[in-house]
Amino acid sequence: MIAIVDYGVGNLFSLESSFHAIGAQACVTRDADVLEKADRIVLPGVGAFADAVDKLRATGLDRTILQETSKGKPMLGICLGMQMLFDVSYEFGVYEGLGLIPGEIRPIGEVIPKGLKIPQIGWNSLIFPNGVHPLFSGIHEGDYVYFVHSYQAVCSPEFKIALTEYGAPLTAAVAKDNVMGCQFHPEKSGQVGLAILRAFCEKEDFSC
Amino acid sequence: MITKRIIPCLDVRDGTVVKGVNFQGLRDVASPVELGKYYSDHGADELVFYDITASAEGRKLFSDILREVASTIFIPLTVGGGIGSVDDFDRVLKCGADKVSVNSGAIRNPGIVREAALRYGSQCVVLSVDVKRVNGQFRVFAKGGREDTGLDALDWIVRGVENGAGELVINSMDTDGVKGGFDLELLRAVCERVEVPVIASGGAGSMDDFVTLFREIPEVDAGLAASIFHFGEVEIADLKDYLANAGIPMRRIL
Repeated sequence: MIAIVDYGVGNLFSLESSFHAIGAQACVTRDADVLEKADRIVLPGVGAFADAVDKLRATGLDRTILQETSKGKPMLGICLGMQMLFDVSYEFGVYEGLGLIPGEIRPIGEVIPKGLKIPQIGWNSLIFPNGVHPLFSGIHEGDYVYFVHSYQAVCSPEFKIALTEYGAPLTAAVAKDNVMGCQFHPEKSGQVGLAILRAFCEKEDFSC
Repeated sequence: MITKRIIPCLDVRDGTVVKGVNFQGLRDVASPVELGKYYSDHGADELVFYDITASAEGRKLFSDILREVASTIFIPLTVGGGIGSVDDFDRVLKCGADKVSVNSGAIRNPGIVREAALRYGSQCVVLSVDVKRVNGQFRVFAKGGREDTGLDALDWIVRGVENGAGELVINSMDTDGVKGGFDLELLRAVCERVEVPVIASGGAGSMDDFVTLFREIPEVDAGLAASIFHFGEVEIADLKDYLANAGIPMRRIL
């Protein structure tokens, strides 16, 4: 069972449907027991960092997430859910994240050339800087996925399992042991996205 | 490299897809779910669904269709038509829409753009504008193009972006349905004024019209069309191959 964490941010209908489409059992939940019993956890998120992390903490599910991931349970953060895995975000202030992966969330405007639109909205291709991570075992380098973001993870290269080129290389996906995150939306990335979700559901070992 | 997007638009009335020529003489085409799936499988980068029903039953039917689309098609979905309040945003987002396109609703209630952007984020708010030249001025039209609002289109668009619209659909009524190419003059004027993604709509009649659009105005992010796709005049997969061969960055499905 895949537990999709519902902490009142965004609409989880497509995400839940995408797991059903690949034959996985998934449920949207705000119940700590369900997260504890689940085989894997998905942390979604849209909107602003501060609001999302506050809402997550208000549910108390942040503690359940830390507890379950510390036992080695696989977790996938998506978009803002990925950003929350890091220590700190500089979106409209300085806000503390879950601290599961060392690094910070910073504006893409700091690194991309002027004239490129912010947010990056659209389909961009993946680059694998450190070989093929198990999450990407069902896709190929160069495949396209759908992005909507103004911020990115700035972290040690060892945690970057995919990059994308938008005037500069941006962090597209990250992993540290059993904790993984995609800046893009796999549930909106067609067959490529579904193949990523399938690997997340099926792989037993996520070490590179 | 980020790709240019090709977006088929499906106008839905009473459960079926329709497309008008210059907004008149609507005729039925096909099931929105089947057509959406077909487009997605053949490389559409995104789908836009416009609800053009007026009745309450029609609206309920549209919500059911939307839910079915969102549970079977996994590319971005934009929904428009009949969006007049933040509650309407909520209604279609709950059915699985990723972005909501507001047009006449923003003319009646300009506060809706800001309100929705604050609640759901700018990435969710698409301002769609029907534009027609009146005495040499780009003018905003409302109610599916039936009513001249007297508003200057460029000023209106800039104001919408300032209020939080994260994306623009610029539909030229002068070129819509004519199939003589996109309205480059209008699109160029819009791109000079704003920095958010611009989706060009109205006038696509051939694959070369898309090449011209992206070559002439590199700031345009996407091309939207309906009838040339619905009637099979242009297959999306062929169009994307053609554009890629012309040097336009495209996502291709292998």
